[in-house]
Amino acid sequence: MKLTKYLSVGAALTLLPTFALAQDAAPGFDEIGPYIMTTLLFLVGGFLVFWMAAGFAMLEAGLVRSKNVAMQLTKNIALFSIAAIMYWLVGFNLMYPGDFNGYFAPNFVPTVLEPVGLGAADAALDYASVASDFFFQLMFVAATASIVSGVLAERIKLWPFLIFVIVLTGFMYPITGSWQWGGGWLSEMGFSDFAGSTIVHSVGGWAALAGAIILGPRLGKYKDGKVNPMPGSNLALATLGTFILWLGWFGFNGGSQLAAGTVGDITDVGRIFANTNMAASAGAVAALILTQILYKKVDLTMVLNGCLAGLVSITAEPLAPSLFGALVTGAIGGVIVVLTVPMLDKLKIDDVVGAIPVHLFAGIWGTLAVAFYTGNWGAQITGIIAYGVFTFVVALVVWTILKGIMGIRVTEESEINGLDVTELGMEAYPDFSKG
Amino acid sequence: MKLIIATIKPFKLEEVREALTTVGVRGMMVSEIKGFGSQSGHTEIYRGAEYAVNFVPKVKLEIVVQASMAEQVVSTIASTAKTDKIGDGKIFVLDVESALRVRTGETNDDAL
Repeated sequence: MKLTKYLSVGAALTLLPTFALAQDAAPGFDEIGPYIMTTLLFLVGGFLVFWMAAGFAMLEAGLVRSKNVAMQLTKNIALFSIAAIMYWLVGFNLMYPGDFNGYFAPNFVPTVLEPVGLGAADAALDYASVASDFFFQLMFVAATASIVSGVLAERIKLWPFLIFVIVLTGFMYPITGSWQWGGGWLSEMGFSDFAGSTIVHSVGGWAALAGAIILGPRLGKYKDGKVNPMPGSNLALATLGTFILWLGWFGFNGGSQLAAGTVGDITDVGRIFANTNMAASAGAVAALILTQILYKKVDLTMVLNGCLAGLVSITAEPLAPSLFGALVTGAIGGVIVVLTVPMLDKLKIDDVVGAIPVHLFAGIWGTLAVAFYTGNWGAQITGIIAYGVFTFVVALVVWTILKGIMGIRVTEESEINGLDVTELGMEAYPDFSKG
Repeated sequence: MKLIIATIKPFKLEEVREALTTVGVRGMMVSEIKGFGSQSGHTEIYRGAEYAVNFVPKVKLEIVVQASMAEQVVSTIASTAKTDKIGDGKIFVLDVESALRVRTGETNDDAL
């Protein structure tokens, strides 16, 4: 996502008298067309990215065991809704404070929309409506929180998790996001992360990694020096979830062009769609081939992860590459996933859905790869480290505090019997267990 | 009366049922089970980690017939379920003390 600079409501009001003088004739399409097109891009992009919440929910429901599916779905709808409220309450204005190049933006104020029936003279005609911008941006913060829920599945208590989501979506993500997309110090330095390989995906990955370390692995996952796989409950849902995420990603990357009012801009959006699709395909094919070579059988769950890793990899720069460039970027993402999933198991870091390899490791790769186009390796590496250190350290502190105050892990008995029955008192698939 | 318990490969069930119907068997109980015998288990890989599948799925048949029919039923199951590969299953024959048909109150051979 490029740096956004829209006129604040205050600035627009001061310009009002000037516009009013020239308002005798209604503005022509040349004046308002770009505003309408960009606003439309945000709305279409926004509901595509919204749908990624469904993708995450289905992917996670499919990859957890059947005794934890209802809890995983509960976390997914809760985290999205909390993210939406927190982003209104503080997140949006904290992340996009307008003129700003500091480290911490001071704007802890709720978002206010334009008045009903806004006149053309009062609109930020060089950009898009505030409402559409807010709507689009809040979908991204929800994606960050979804990443955390997948990693910590099957053993974390509901409420401490949701409190973490409040901190992540209301404060952590907007503060670090402002460094780049809010016009902060990283954007001044020349760091580039088009739609958020680092700002969205790695941030989610770092927060989840800290949580996984504090929380510990699921019972019985690592026993006597061996990894004990816990196969997911429904690979049809996991595959559907992946396809939904893939669809949503067109809005994620395409909408991040942040402009659609010129031939150049709308053509770029098309280019981004095509590149995004190519990277996803390349990531899936890379994982398909690599698992066949390594394990003599294709592992569907790895192919799904490989596809998503391809998408994360291209997210930092979906515009500049040729289709072949997108293929290479995505394929390397797919390879990273297949190689790093067993590596995390060796470290006894239990990531239920593979979100750390997909969002963190492939996110780092995608962000680094931008330097092949910009040449600014220093800025890319600085950005990756800055986001990593801030998010990981703050997340470690927050998880540790939550652990100390209320405990973050369910009891051993709850974990064995499943969170659906013990924490919720309902099951996703009651017919199977009682039928 | 004899109770014949047979474990067979699941895909053989329909073939065995047909063959038994042909030789005059008028009822059977079927359950899906898991177990291990000389076939033992095998290993699979999930997300890069190898794990052992210790129990293999089988189908269990339970058939009660007149003592005179038992031998024919056993040989029919054996010849139909046989694939000559490991894991074809086993057949056990037990004595049955009594039988009763709930609807009519008929007992023993009449109840079968």
